[in-house]
Parts: sequence; structure tokens; C-alpha cells
Amino acid sequence: MNPVILYTILSLTAIGIVAAVVIYFVSKKFAVQEDDRIGKVEEVLPSTNCGGCGQPGCHAFAKAVVEAGDLSSLHCPVGGNAVMKQVAEILGIKAVERDPYIAVVRCSGSFEHRKKTNVYDGTESCKIAAALYSGDTGCAYGCLGMADCVEVCDFEAMYMDEKTGLPVVIEDKCTACNACVKECPKGILELWPKGKKNQRVYIACLNEEKGSTARKECSVACSGCSKCFEACRYDAITMENSLAHIDPEKCKLCMECVDTCDVHNIITANVTPEKIQAANEQRLKREERARKKKEEEKLAAEAAKQNTHETPPQA
Amino acid sequence: MKLHHKLKTFKLGGVHPDDQKISAGVAITPLPLPKVVTIPVAQHIGAPAKIIVQRGDMVKTGQIIATHEGFVSSNIHASASGRIGVIEEVMDSSGFKHTAISIRVKGDDWQENIDLTETLVEEIKLEPKEIVARIMEAGVVGMGGAAFPSHVKLSVPEGKHVDHLLINGVECEPYLTADHRLMLERPKEIIVGIKILMKALGVDKAIIGIEDNKQDAIELFQELLKTETGIAVEALEVHYPQGGEKQLIQALLNREVPSGGLPADVGAIVHNVGTTYAIYQAVQKNKPLIERVVTVTGKSVKQPSNFLVRIGTPVIDLLIAAGGVPEDTGKIVSGGPMMGKAIADLDVPVAKGTSGILLIPKDEASRAEVYNCLHCGKCIEACPMGLEPYHLLLMSKKGNSQRAKEEHILDCIECGSCSFVCPSNRPILDYIRLGKTQIRKQKKV
Amino acid sequence: MSAGLLTVSPSPHIHTELTVPQIMRGVIFAMIPALLFSIYNFGIGALYVTGLSVLFCVAIEYAIARYLLNRAASIYDGSAIITGMLLAFNVPSNLPWHIILIGSAVAIGIGKMSFGGLGNNPFNPALVGRVFLLLSFPVQMTSWPVQGATFSLDAVTSATPLGILKEGIRSGTPVDTLLSEMPSYTDFFFGLQAGSLGEMSAFALLLGLIYMLYRKIITWHIPVSMLVTIVVMTGIFWLIDPTRYASPLFHLLTGGVMLGAVFMATDYVTSPFTHRGMLIFGFGIGVLTVLIRLFGSYPEGVSFAILIMNAFVPMINKFAKEPRYGVVKEKRK
Repeated sequence: MNPVILYTILSLTAIGIVAAVVIYFVSKKFAVQEDDRIGKVEEVLPSTNCGGCGQPGCHAFAKAVVEAGDLSSLHCPVGGNAVMKQVAEILGIKAVERDPYIAVVRCSGSFEHRKKTNVYDGTESCKIAAALYSGDTGCAYGCLGMADCVEVCDFEAMYMDEKTGLPVVIEDKCTACNACVKECPKGILELWPKGKKNQRVYIACLNEEKGSTARKECSVACSGCSKCFEACRYDAITMENSLAHIDPEKCKLCMECVDTCDVHNIITANVTPEKIQAANEQRLKREERARKKKEEEKLAAEAAKQNTHETPPQA
Repeated sequence: MKLHHKLKTFKLGGVHPDDQKISAGVAITPLPLPKVVTIPVAQHIGAPAKIIVQRGDMVKTGQIIATHEGFVSSNIHASASGRIGVIEEVMDSSGFKHTAISIRVKGDDWQENIDLTETLVEEIKLEPKEIVARIMEAGVVGMGGAAFPSHVKLSVPEGKHVDHLLINGVECEPYLTADHRLMLERPKEIIVGIKILMKALGVDKAIIGIEDNKQDAIELFQELLKTETGIAVEALEVHYPQGGEKQLIQALLNREVPSGGLPADVGAIVHNVGTTYAIYQAVQKNKPLIERVVTVTGKSVKQPSNFLVRIGTPVIDLLIAAGGVPEDTGKIVSGGPMMGKAIADLDVPVAKGTSGILLIPKDEASRAEVYNCLHCGKCIEACPMGLEPYHLLLMSKKGNSQRAKEEHILDCIECGSCSFVCPSNRPILDYIRLGKTQIRKQKKV
Repeated sequence: MSAGLLTVSPSPHIHTELTVPQIMRGVIFAMIPALLFSIYNFGIGALYVTGLSVLFCVAIEYAIARYLLNRAASIYDGSAIITGMLLAFNVPSNLPWHIILIGSAVAIGIGKMSFGGLGNNPFNPALVGRVFLLLSFPVQMTSWPVQGATFSLDAVTSATPLGILKEGIRSGTPVDTLLSEMPSYTDFFFGLQAGSLGEMSAFALLLGLIYMLYRKIITWHIPVSMLVTIVVMTGIFWLIDPTRYASPLFHLLTGGVMLGAVFMATDYVTSPFTHRGMLIFGFGIGVLTVLIRLFGSYPEGVSFAILIMNAFVPMINKFAKEPRYGVVKEKRK
């Protein structure tokens, strides 16, 4: 054989063998010991690395779960209860069920309702605009409409409605990963329990200005009129800084408050108009009963008063 | 004759925007009192002042209406006499709503202990500590734009030795001429103000830095300071941002304030000429900071002017006095074109830090088309802090605060040179600001 | 009060006039002396090649942006025109149209658009195209028409001074003898030599350089450091053995050195950000050019040198930082 070819083959083979040996020892020496359950848990996770669980990624979540050995404080919002059940099975621990959540948009100030007061010409980013000033409409609390939330969504679960200029959450795709909530500089997005039969009710306004000012800025702003607050039978609605807020934990989804809002800014999801109407009628009836009762009481009180007047006071 | 030696300037970066000092020849005229003054309680850096008046109270001009909360804060005085009106949140030049006290003006009835005469009082009777206390009492803040309380600057931290007082008469922002006019019309008062500051700080050397495009002011001060020792005038190259505190220290003393440090770390304290004048008024005349010179200017403005304005006057009054708002106005900026803030509401009140109102025509009001980054390096060339703006933009955009911090994003003085010079019109400073706020937020958490 | 709403945006509210289209126009303007000289020298063929190259580059960029990337056509910034002109400047003036088409396609398609268009390409697109052609069509790319051959595209060809030098030295002829058969340095300076379309006249190229420096489109750092390096390095070799190595002036005035230093190496996108980086970059190009010219198998090395240094730009950017205000030099870790 040609000696050149021979030497080439020999030297390459030698280099190969030496390299293989080196790699073998290096891999042994620097092998990372890891609980193999972490890998198993990671496999069932959705591997979106969205950070919705509070951990930097799915691997970190798997590691945290294995280390904690307990699921009470760890939950994968994207995988939901189904995935968490699998995780629990792998680790042989008890699964903890959690209510699914969804992001809701708490602003109804569409183009039509909220007039522009100036033209924003900076970088198309809500965060940058929010740091510069209170916004291009009168309302300092409302959506800036530059889609930071849509951009940050890993699940294509949001889009901007071109007619209103507001973001829309697609119910089936939203995994409640919290990314948009963290991104929004105005705090308009909020995680909300998906609710029984996916029914939800919330007030889509964050304007804390006095009622008259707020309405000047946006025709559907919450003016703090308290009608919904008074209508709620479960103390689920609170009033603060002339702004009503529904506490989803206390809300029984009775829908009786929905029609009290004179600007129709109590937003419902997956609730039929019939149900709202029925709830409203029920409320009106109840209010009527209450009013009658009050009147009767008043009459009774007046009668009692008269009675007391008849007996002269003792000095 | 002009001297042909090279003018001093700062060492790194900088840009040369067209200086457009169209109102430089217009003397300062006092603006008549408005019907209502609206005085924000947070006009300065630091804690907002605490309101001590109530709706319906009668106040005199110069009376304290809100007191400082803590050390880094400032007193607020009534800028006109009258009855206190509503106290509510109003839009101010920051672009956000803040609490403000409105006064329905009735006459101009000053507090008795304020000396309203024009006579120059040269003798400085107060001791250093008393001077600082008086400045604090009078609510004097930096009038170059940042509005940092002056008494804080004068209270040099222990263990630091200050050897130079620098007076900032640079006014490097294009268009603005408020400081220039003040230097021409009140030079003697400014010199007394400098002496007050020197006494308060215990330094024997002061330098007034003035950009070369204000030759008349330079000559005037050279003439007046012939017999003085310890105060010098230095002509500086027209070079933006020459008036940045750190840049001025580098230009005049060739010292660099360490990253994250204070001017006092390198033995210098910088005060603006407007502030120096206000300090003269406060110490020698017992007059609190209730008025300031504001330039109203712009290419289409009928009468570009320099007005002496009471704090709390709505911007619209200034615009009307300058010949009204031109038809082609597209943008109104409070401050200069490089660092000023665009305002959308003309009822915004003039604050202690408002140095000018600039009207920009429609065709110059919007940003031009953005192209890809060409990697031309012009932003790096322009950065007076030696940062890499394009790089900081990318890191801020990606939310990589850690790296941005390592690249000294917090050293950015937000002078806008990078955005100004970028041939691709990239919004570099927008993102750098965003990155800075992200880091500050993380710090709070 | 004026009608309409006021605009609000973050500061600064003014902007320099020197924007991308202005810069591109400035560069095109700076290339015109060299182009005019080339037309004077090679006749209409030079204009034909340049025109075709520009046309192809613009058309290809438009087509790729519009139909392949589905985005707005990016041709209005003028960068495709520059790429086209630079490509033409780097080829002989009698190149057939199909080779120009291939060169343009490689320059724009592979060199520029495949990385995302203007601003994202790591290598100078015109040089990518040129080197591709040089390797694929070595004969056509190295047959230079003699100057004065006006319209005939198949004119008599001659070798470049550098080619003659390389061949001559290989065959053992002393440099002096070779040089005596060539035009004088003054002729070289004004461009009376064989070579690619735009590279011959150092004079015309220097006019372009002065214009670009005056308009503040580029800084002096890259051209000066590159040229100084070449002069110093060739000077050293020349002093060692003048019979085997040509003088620095010869190297400066022949081949693509001037074109490279003025237009190719100074391309924003593919050169470092900082002045320090630019000096290193220019130095690197100079060293590589001289090494290829003196010891490589090609007579000319500017294109390769620039492309190789393009690859180092990210690294240079990482290490060659500007001094920072108020930051004491960090201690080495």
C-alpha cells in the first residue's frame, strides 16, 4: 500500500482512539447526578418554558416538584389538573386540584368610547408609552393598545381587535401562564377563575377618578355609582376609589349585578342573555319586596313612634 | 478678537445639533399674573411637599403652602396672593397627574419680610449653615431642568472635600435662551450668588462655564470679574451635552465622576446660573423661588420670548403672550428639544424646572421611518458616557437587565445623543429608559 | 389653536439630517468619480457592467423581499444600488451579463438577504459575490481588457500589475526589471493600469474618500489603519530584499487596496462599531492583504482579507470597547 495512505489511516485511527478515551473519562468524571424522576416529570410537562408556574422553566419546575415532594404550592397552569395528576402519579404523592384560570381584559375603553387627546409617536410599546406619560386618551388607567401582551403570549391566545383597539383573549388557547399579566404596564390583564361552566363576570374598568371625571375621559368608565355594589347579595363587590370590583372568590355567578350597570361594563363570559335577564328580573322582584317591606317597617315604626308619643315622657 | 486656542470641552462623544437660539436677543419681560395659578407639590426630585393650607385660605405671595417632607424634598410657596381653590390631581409637565394647589389670584400682595427692591445687596451676612437653611426654606431647586433640591447639593457628605464650585451657564440645549438672558441682565446678582455658594461650601475657586455661542455673556462676565479673585469664566465649545453635570466637570476640571458616584467625589459641585440667581434672591432678598425665566420659542412662533413667569402659570398664557399658537404646531415640548418632555395639555403649569416651551412644527413633529441597525457605530461615537447604546437597546428589548447593568446602563444620562444621531432613526433612548426602569423596579422588589 | 391633536413622544425631539437614505446617496455620490474614470478608461463597457449589476441587485432584492420574505420592498434605502455598484467595481469591465447576474444573485441573495437584509449580513455582500465569481469563473474574472478598448466586449486582455509581479517573481525575475516594463507610479495613481472596473484610479477613489469624510459618513480610522499597515509591512519586506518585494507605493496604488480601504472595508454593517475596533479591523485587513499578496497563490488579497476580517468583527466588538466615563479600567479576571 502507498505509505502516505497507510500513515494517514494509522495516524487518524490513533487520534480517534485517544479522543475516545479522553471523552470517556471526562464524561465519567464530570457526570451530573440527577434524580431520574426529574426527567420523568419533565416529560409529562408541556415544555413551553413559559414561566407561568413561577419557575424559570419546565426543568426547574420538575426539579422543584421532586425536591418539594408536595404539590400544594406548585402547579403547572398550562398543563392544568390533568398534567398535575400525572406528576403526582410519577412521584407517588397526592394530587392537588386547582381551579383553572384565564386572563381577562379589564378595560372596555374602545376607540369609540375613549377619544384620543393626543397622538403618540414614540416606540410602539405599551411599556415605553406608560413610562412617558399617562396615555394618548384622557384615561390614565386604560389600555394603551400597543399589544405588548399579544407579543408576549407564547400560546397565540391573544389578538388585538382592530375595531376597538383592545386585546382579546381566546378562551380555548389561554393557559393562564401569567405572562401578559406581568407584561401589561397598566395592570389591565388579570388572571380570573375560569368559573363553573366557564362562566365569569367581571368589571372591565380600572379608572379610579371621580365619577364625573372618569366619564369625561371614557364613556364606559366605572363612575363608582355603587348600583352593582348594592345589588350584590354575597358581598362580592367592593367599592374603592370610586371603582367597583368583583371578588371572584366570593362571586356566586348569580348575574344579578350585570344589568345594574348603566354603561353595561359588567362583562360576562359564556352566560346566555336569558340567564342575565332572569337574574335581573329576580333582582327587581327582590328589590320590590325589600322596598315594600321597608315601607311596612317604616309604617310600623311610625305607628310605634306615635304610641310612644302618647305615653308622656317621665322626667 | 477671538482667541484661537482650542476651547475646552468634554472628552467622549457628544453631538452638534443646530443651536437655533432665535430668542437670544429678546430681553426678559415679566408676564402678567394669571387668574389662577396651579402649583404642583411635586416639582422637584424627592418626596412631594406636604400641603399645609386648605381650600378657602387666603395666602400672600411668597407664603409657604406646602412644606418639605424629609431632607430630599422642597418647600412650595404661593406664587401669587389670593384664595386657595381646589386641591386636586392635575396634569403636569411630567405627563402624569399629580396633586396641585390652585390659587385664585387676587392682586399681588407679598409677604412683608421679602425685599422687593432692585438694589444689589453684596454683603453676605449669613454663616454657611444659615445660608443652606435659608436656601432650603426658600424652596430653591436646580433650575436647569432636573429640579434637584439645592440644599441637598450644598450639604456635602462627610469625608468628601469639595475644592471647586462650577457654575453651569452652558445652556447646551438648542433653542433655549433663558439662562443666557439671565446672565446678560442679572450678572451682578449671579456673581453675588456665586460668592454665597462659595461661602456655603467653603471653597475659594469657582468657574463659570459658558458655551462659545454666548460670546456677549462671556465678555460681560470677564469684564465684571476682572477685579475678583477666585472666580473665573471659561468659554466652552458648542457641543451637546456640554451642560450635563458630569460633562461639565470633565470639561472644566478634567475629572471624571466615578460610575454611580457624586460630583462631590471628585471635589466639585455644579449649580446652574438660574439656580445661582434664585439663591441670591433667597439669601440676600429673602425671596423664595416663585418665579423663573422661561423661553418660549420655535421656528413658527411669532414672537420668540423670554418671560419672567410665576410658578403655576398655565403654559397657554405664555403661548398667547408669545403671539399665540401657530397653525402648524405639531408638538409642544416643555424644556429643550433634546431632553424636554412633550406635553399634550396646554393647561399644564410652569414648574420650577421648566426652562422653556418649544413649539415644533407639524412636519418636524413625527419620527421618521425606522431602518435596521446598520452597525455604523455612530451612537457609540455620540455617547458622552462611552456606553454602547445599540447594545443597551437590544438588551433592554430582550429584558436582559443583568447584562444591561453590567454594561453600565444606569450611567446613561438620557441626553438623547444616540437617538439624535442614529441614521436608522432607531428609538435607542426609548429602550434604554425602559431598561433603566426595569432595573430600578427589580431593585425595589 | 391649530386643528388636530398634538404629538407626544419621548425625547429627543430633533434628529440629525444624516439618515440612511442620505448616507446611501452620499456613498453612491462618492463612487461617481471612480465610475466616471472607469468609463473614460474602459469605455461604455464599464457603464454596461455597472448598470447591469445595479439593475440585477435591485431587482433581486426587490423580488426576495417581496415574494420570498413577504415584506415591504427594502430597495428604497439605496443599499442594493451600492452593492450593485461595488460588485461592478470589483469585476472586469468585459464580464458577460450572465456572470454578472450570478454574481448579483449571490451577493444579494446569499450575502445579504439570507441574513435578513440590510444591517444583518456578517459579510460584505459585494465581496461575497465577487469572491464567488472569482472562484467559479477564474478565467473570465481575471481577463482584464486593456484600457481604451471602448465598445468591443471581447477586447484584448492584459494582466494586472500585481499579476505580472506575481508571475515574474515566481519565474525569478527581479522586481526592478518587472517594474520597468510597467507604467509609472503617477500613472498608477491616476489609474492607467489594468484591473477591475472601479479599482484602478487611486485618485478617483481618494476623491470619494474625502467626500465621505467631509459628509461625516465614515471616519478615518479604517482606511488609515489599513493603508498604514500595508505601507509599513510591505516597507519592511522591501527594505529586506528590494529585488523580491515591490515597494510600499506599488502595493498602495495597485490592485484593490484603495477600493477596499475606501468603500469595502468601511461598510458600516460589516465593520466594527468603535474607533478602537476600526483600527484593529483595518490593521487586520492590512496584514492579511500583504500576506496573501506576498506569500499566497493569488496575486491580490484585499477581498479575502476583508472577508476574513468581517468574520472577526463580532469578536472585535466584544473586546474593543470605548473608554467609559467614570469607569476605572476593570481589573482582568
